[in-house]
Amino acid sequence: METKNIIIVGVGGQGSLLASKILGHLLLNEGFDVKVSEVHGMSQRGGSVITYVRFGDKVYSPVVDKGQADFIVSFEILETARWLSYLKADGQIVTNTQQIDPMPVITGAATYPENLVEKIRAQGIKIDAMDCLTLARQAGSQKAVNIVLLGRLSHYFDISETAWQNSLRANVPPKFLDINQRAFELGKKFV
Amino acid sequence: MKELMLGNKALARGLWEAGVAFVSSYPGTPSTEITEEAVKFNEIYCEWAPNEKVAMESAFGASLAGKRAFCGQKHVGLNVAADPLFTLSYTGINAGLVIVVADDAGMHSSQNEQDSRHYAIAAKVPMLEPADSAEALNFAKLAYEISEQFDTPVIIKMCTRVAHSQSVVETSERVEHSKTYEKNIAKYVMMPGNAKKRHPIVEERTKKLIEYAETTPINRVEFLTDELGIITSSTSYQYVKEVFGEGASVLKLGMINPLPVELIKNFASRVKKLVVVEELDPIIENHVKSLGLAVEGSELLPRIDEFSQNLVAERLGVRGQGSGVSLEDAIPPRPPVMCAGCPHRGLFYSLKKRKCTVLGDIGCYTLGAVPPLSTIELTLCMGASIGATHGFNKMLGKDSESKTVAVIGDSTFMHSGMTGLANVAYNQSNSTVIILDNSITGMTGHQQNPSTGLNIKGDPAGKIDLEALCRAMGIKRVRVVDPYNLKECDVAIKEELAAQEPSVIISRRPCALLKTVKHKPPLYVDKNKCIGCKSCMKIGCPAISMKDGKAVVDQTQCVGCEVCSQLCPKKAFAREA
Repeated sequence: METKNIIIVGVGGQGSLLASKILGHLLLNEGFDVKVSEVHGMSQRGGSVITYVRFGDKVYSPVVDKGQADFIVSFEILETARWLSYLKADGQIVTNTQQIDPMPVITGAATYPENLVEKIRAQGIKIDAMDCLTLARQAGSQKAVNIVLLGRLSHYFDISETAWQNSLRANVPPKFLDINQRAFELGKKFV
Repeated sequence: MKELMLGNKALARGLWEAGVAFVSSYPGTPSTEITEEAVKFNEIYCEWAPNEKVAMESAFGASLAGKRAFCGQKHVGLNVAADPLFTLSYTGINAGLVIVVADDAGMHSSQNEQDSRHYAIAAKVPMLEPADSAEALNFAKLAYEISEQFDTPVIIKMCTRVAHSQSVVETSERVEHSKTYEKNIAKYVMMPGNAKKRHPIVEERTKKLIEYAETTPINRVEFLTDELGIITSSTSYQYVKEVFGEGASVLKLGMINPLPVELIKNFASRVKKLVVVEELDPIIENHVKSLGLAVEGSELLPRIDEFSQNLVAERLGVRGQGSGVSLEDAIPPRPPVMCAGCPHRGLFYSLKKRKCTVLGDIGCYTLGAVPPLSTIELTLCMGASIGATHGFNKMLGKDSESKTVAVIGDSTFMHSGMTGLANVAYNQSNSTVIILDNSITGMTGHQQNPSTGLNIKGDPAGKIDLEALCRAMGIKRVRVVDPYNLKECDVAIKEELAAQEPSVIISRRPCALLKTVKHKPPLYVDKNKCIGCKSCMKIGCPAISMKDGKAVVDQTQCVGCEVCSQLCPKKAFAREA
C-alpha cells in the first residue's frame, strides 16, 4: 500500500499529542508500518503546532511535506487555513470550527480572516467542519475535542469499530473512557 | 515485542537493556524525554543535574565506580559540558560511558543551529547517529560495547526528527554489566606528564576505530544501481529513501566519527555519480573530498535548516517542490506566547512601564521579547543575562545602572547564573538581577531543579534557598515580590534600580501550568463598565481579546490571575457571584 499521510494541526496545548498517540496505536495494530512526528518545546506555548502521522507498508520520512497530506485533522480553523498547502489535491479535511485569536490579532496588528470554511469549500476541497467544542461539552468534557475529531476521521478509514475502541481504551484513563467514547460517537455521526 | 516508540524513549529503553545504572542530565529540547523515560526503570538511578557539565562529570564518576553510565543534553548543552568531554577522551572510562547530544536543525526550540559532529572530531571520540527509533535503541546498546572495547566515551547524536518521531521498535531484556574500580593514577590524573602519555593512546585508538568503521554493520551499503550513489546518515537517510526508493545506491553511515576510508572509496568506485546528503555542515562531504573523490553535496543542498523529502527531491533533480492549494487571505502568524496566568507577565509589564533595558536569558520568559511586551533586548545562552548586565553597567555607569536589569529563571540561575552573580558581587557592578522563580524548569516541560525541593521523581530532595544563596555571595539587597501584584513589582524595581549597590529581586510565583497550582475562577468583563480603552491589552494575555469595542475574556483559558484587572481604570473585570 502506498504510504498515507495525516497532519494534525492546532494551537499548542490543545491535545494533539493524545490524538496522534491513539492513531499510532491503532495503525500499528492494523499491521501497518507507522511513523509519528511531534513538536515539543518553544512552539508548544500557544504557538501553531503540527504533528505528522504516516502509515503504509514501509514508511521512511517521519514528516509530511506540502501537497502530500491525505487528511488534515485540525483543532482550529485558522490553523486549517495555515496548513492548507499540505493537502493533496483530493485530500479530506476534518476540522473544528473553533476560533482562537493569535497574538497579532489580539494586539490588532492583524485581522482574523472571515468565513474560512466557506472559502476552503469554494476551492472544491472536501471539508467536514464541526463545532467540536460544543460536541465535546455534550460528551461531558471540553477537553474531548481531539476525540470528536478522531470520531469523524474514523468515518474515512476501513478499520473496524472494535479496533478504534481498543485504541481509545488503551490510551485514555479509565475514568474518562465514557466521555471519550461519547465524544467519538458524536464525531463519527456528524453530518 | 513490537511497539511504536518515540526516538528518545527508545534510546532510554536501549540504556536499560544495556544495563545502565546511572543517568544524570540537564533538560533541553529535543533531548529531555530520554532522561524522563529512563527514570521509569527502577534499575536505573536518574537525576537532573544543575547543568550539563556537572551531569557529565557525575556520569563519569559512576563509570569510574564500575557502572554503565549516561548523560544527555541538547546541542548547546554540550558546549557547557565540553570541558570534561575533551579530557575524558584522554582518561577513557571504566564501565561504559555514553553521551547523547541532540541537535536541533531547523531551530524548533533553540538559539542556534550548531552541528555537534564537530565535537566528536575535536574531542576524538566515536559518534553514532541513529536514523529512527529502532536504531536509537540498538545504537545505545552498541555504544556501550564500543565504549568498553575501545576505552572511550561514545557520543550518540540525535536530531529533532529522530528524537521526537515515533517509529516501530523491537524490545528485549536487560543484561547487567559491572566492573570494579581500580586506582590508576597514570590513567585518570591528567597532569601534563600523564596526559602526554595518554594522547598517543587516543591517536592510536582513532586508528583502530577507523578499522572498526570499515566493517561495522551500522555502516551499510544498499547497492541498487550504479547510476547514482548517495552517502547519508540520520534522518537524511529517510528522505533519500523516500525520494529514490530503488533508484539510488546508498551508503548509510551509522557511525559518523571516525569515518571509514576504504568503505567510502569502494562505494564511490561502484557508482557513476556520488552525492552526500547531510544536514548542516559538510562533514561527510569534506571527508570524502579529502580522499580525493569527486562528490557533490554543498552545491546542491543548503547548509542551513533541516531537510525534507520535497527539498531533497527538488535539489537532487527528481521533481519540483510539492505545492498545495492556499487561500487569498493573509493568514496571521501564531507565534508562541506566555500562557494565560503566566507569572512572568506581570513582571515584564512592570519592566516595560519603567522603560527598563532588560537583558534576558534562556527559558519561557524569552517570550518577553515578543509583542506587545517587547521588553527583552538580549538572549544569548544559559546564564548570560547576568554577565552581560555586569559588563554593560561597568561601561555605561549610572545611565545604565538606573534602568538595566538582568532577568533569569530559577533553573537557569542554578545552571549557570550563580557564577555571573558571583562576579557582580565580587567586582561590584551596581547591577540589578531579577530571578524569575516559577519553581520549575518550564520551557522543557516541567523538570525539577535544585531550588524546587523535589527530585526527578517528585520526591522530597535538597532545596537551595535562593535568598540565602544570594546573601551568602555578598548581595545585601535581596527581596521577594509576587509578580501577580503589579504595585509591589513596580516599587521593587524602582527602589532596586535606584540603590547604589548590587541587588536581587526574586519574582516568585509557580508556573500556572503546574498541576499543583490551584487557580481562582475565571474573570469576565462587565460590558456596562468596559470603555474599550484597551489598557488590559497591554499585557498580551491570550485569554483577552476585543469584540465590538469591548474586552472579552476567554473562559476556557483564564485562570483568574487578576493582572488585567489591576490595569482596568473602570474595574470592569469581575467574577460570577
